[in-house]
Amino acid sequence: MEDHWLDDDTTPGKIEAALRRMFAERHKEERAYVPARVMNMVVIADREFRGEIENRLQRVGRFHPSRLLLVLVEPGRTRLAASVRVGTEDAPKSGSISVGRERVSLLVGERHLRKLDTILDPLVVTDLATMVWSPHGYPEAVDELRTLAQIVLIDSLDEQDVPRALRRADSLSDDTYVVDLAWLRSTPWRERVAALFDSPRRRPDLKAISGVHVRHREDSLTAGLLFCGWLSSRLGWEPGPVTQGRDRRSGFAHARKQDIKLTLTPVEQDAPGLAGVTIELASGQAMSLDRAPGGLRAMRRERDGTERSWTVMGASRGEGGILGEGVRQALLRDPTYRPALKSAEAMVV
Amino acid sequence: MAVDVHADPQSLGENPLIEGLERLPVPATTLTIFGATGDLAHRKLLPALYNLAHEGALPERFNLIGISRREMPDDEFRDVMRAAIEKYSRRETDPTVLDGLLGRVRYVGFDFADVASYAKLRGVIEELDSEGGGKLNRAFYLSTAPEFFPVIVKALREAELNYDPDVDVRCIIEKPFGTDLESALELQRVVERVFREPQVYRIDHYLGKETVQNVMAFRFANFMFEPVWNRNYIENIQITAAEDIGIGTRAGYYDQAGALRDLVQNHMLQLLTLVCMEPPASFEADKVRDEKVKVLQSITPPTPEEVRQCTVRAQYGPGTEGGDDVVGYLDEEGVPDDSRTETYAALKLEVHNWRWAGVPIYLRTGKRLTRKVTEIAVQLKPVPHLAFQSHGSVGVKPNQLVLTMQPNEGVSLSLGAKIPGSSMRIRPVNMEFLYGSAFMSQSPEAYERLIMDAMRGEATLFTRNDEVIAQWSIIDPILKAWAADDEPLHSYESGTQGPEAADKLIAPHRWRGL
Repeated sequence: MEDHWLDDDTTPGKIEAALRRMFAERHKEERAYVPARVMNMVVIADREFRGEIENRLQRVGRFHPSRLLLVLVEPGRTRLAASVRVGTEDAPKSGSISVGRERVSLLVGERHLRKLDTILDPLVVTDLATMVWSPHGYPEAVDELRTLAQIVLIDSLDEQDVPRALRRADSLSDDTYVVDLAWLRSTPWRERVAALFDSPRRRPDLKAISGVHVRHREDSLTAGLLFCGWLSSRLGWEPGPVTQGRDRRSGFAHARKQDIKLTLTPVEQDAPGLAGVTIELASGQAMSLDRAPGGLRAMRRERDGTERSWTVMGASRGEGGILGEGVRQALLRDPTYRPALKSAEAMVV
Repeated sequence: MAVDVHADPQSLGENPLIEGLERLPVPATTLTIFGATGDLAHRKLLPALYNLAHEGALPERFNLIGISRREMPDDEFRDVMRAAIEKYSRRETDPTVLDGLLGRVRYVGFDFADVASYAKLRGVIEELDSEGGGKLNRAFYLSTAPEFFPVIVKALREAELNYDPDVDVRCIIEKPFGTDLESALELQRVVERVFREPQVYRIDHYLGKETVQNVMAFRFANFMFEPVWNRNYIENIQITAAEDIGIGTRAGYYDQAGALRDLVQNHMLQLLTLVCMEPPASFEADKVRDEKVKVLQSITPPTPEEVRQCTVRAQYGPGTEGGDDVVGYLDEEGVPDDSRTETYAALKLEVHNWRWAGVPIYLRTGKRLTRKVTEIAVQLKPVPHLAFQSHGSVGVKPNQLVLTMQPNEGVSLSLGAKIPGSSMRIRPVNMEFLYGSAFMSQSPEAYERLIMDAMRGEATLFTRNDEVIAQWSIIDPILKAWAADDEPLHSYESGTQGPEAADKLIAPHRWRGL
């Protein structure tokens, strides 16, 4: 069940009035209608890739935000056009609520991006957090929304100039909460590495780490640096520059009593992000995790050289799952991202 | 560039890598399920384990040993387990993860009472330890018929499986923990001879439900409710756990248990404690449980005379369910013709402390009622002076706050509002908050949370020994008085609000409509 409103030459005031009217009508028709009020999600995208963006949002499924404001940029466009859809995805069931969806699609030109905040401000649900995601670039439009939005969803892997990607994430973190998909892809790795050192018997090994080797997809160096940055910031290491060698990047981080060699190697793999991690101790012990069917393949090498391996179970979330996780994380706070980001920046100076 | 680093976090003693992670590490564990081919294991435990594996939430090293009386090879049990998971898992299974989980599964078949057979179990555990390169924590999950709980616990001690100096050993015990006060005390005596209390995790799966935990979040994360959360502003509290279906095929169990044991002694008293407890200083297991126990100990066990005045029991008679004619309880298959088991129970309790003195707390549960709902309704007192005209409207009603656990999880607050028009007429309106529209993520099943917490040694959501004994201390006098009472049971028509006697129990108040 969905109501649809369309205007080829419109204003934010008219769109807002249409939203209010449609909501009242929907509620009158269906008493069990409840608008899903999680947050406002602003998506800025090229008009020609509208289908791709809608497909990605569709896969987000239940994590879909309450009011979606899809800003589609059409080069040279001068008039603001809008379509509004209010309704429910599922047919109403007796004794059950109907969770509502509100979706506003705006067709804008480049000139609208300079004042995008004034267009979107009347359209967001007051008192709900607003998140911006701009997968096709348009940093100037995101900057215009830095006072309206509290959260910016980025994927640092989209920017192949790694120092610039890290600087941009850092700059956005100054006045918004940044959810970085490149960071979220590494969550299972961070969880598992944390688990490797969690038992009281293994905890002292954290002070004996002598080397970290991160394997990553070729375009995912930023993810590798963020991972090394996480270890550095959590373990109190001072990160040094990581420089490009023949087939890998390497450098050192400095702890109180020892240096830790950091190595980042690109490898071939389909999924973006990390492919494997090896952590070595001064004693010759080592632990590694690598992607494997049904989870991560773990290996532990003891001082005497004996090796033992097993699979750490876990299903791949896929890119749809990562985006869904990004939307969910928007309303949480991870205090470890920014310090990891700062450390990663220090490695590429 | 200045780098934001922490000052030697490792010196703090905690694992510095867990900061910011939603999912905390779970120690490597071998979980043994007694009753692994039973209904609970099939419907809940095995699917919960799969979902934990799917999310990557199981320990990095994890083994499962299934135990039941039937002999079968590991592979046959794996097939049984696969079928159960594929049927009951809340999410579609990923074949690689499921295969990975099944690869960690072993099966041992023996009679629970055969103490000698526990050596086999010990052998399998040690073999798995050896394969994993070291000892793993041990968790024993008792999901059998309750009469086997003491048998298994004693046998675990005989086999010296109850303690290991190198790893943590835990015992998870399903409900019911006893069938009356005496049997609960006896079971506790057996348990405490074998395990220390921190090793014991008594399950009340209600506590693993997100919406039940939300009662605490609602009370202790919102400043606006605390000032009115006491005898000065609250008229009464009604806790309801209603079902719209009959006993189905569970006559064997249900006729022995009845509504009071099935729901009131555990789940409903848990809800009562969460509503009435004082704010704990922190959410550490014992701090929360201390406050819950204080509430239970503030409820005076009723005398036989008080039981007659403050309780109602009834059986459903013929009527309708979902528009179809249905038979009464005594005509259900497997129910003895002379059964006096209650399918409905209503209680009036009082918490005798400074906060709640004089506030009646009504509990009701029943089968074949109008609607399935579990809720806590907090009825506030009426306003002291009414300045508005009341004619031509339903008038000003006292505010009512309803916390709904199921099916539409949420919070609803009734308020008085002006009816549009020239006169100042008031009628109640509802302000609703629904979890389904505010959190669109899928909640984990209660058992996923509880199994993980037990493996982590986090006991907040489990019932402590003094808590379960305090629960039985309230319920036991009622059971005894009912057993001694040969008055005919009240009856109610299936598909209705319950027996008329329950309306008299609550008078001058009224039950909230189902």
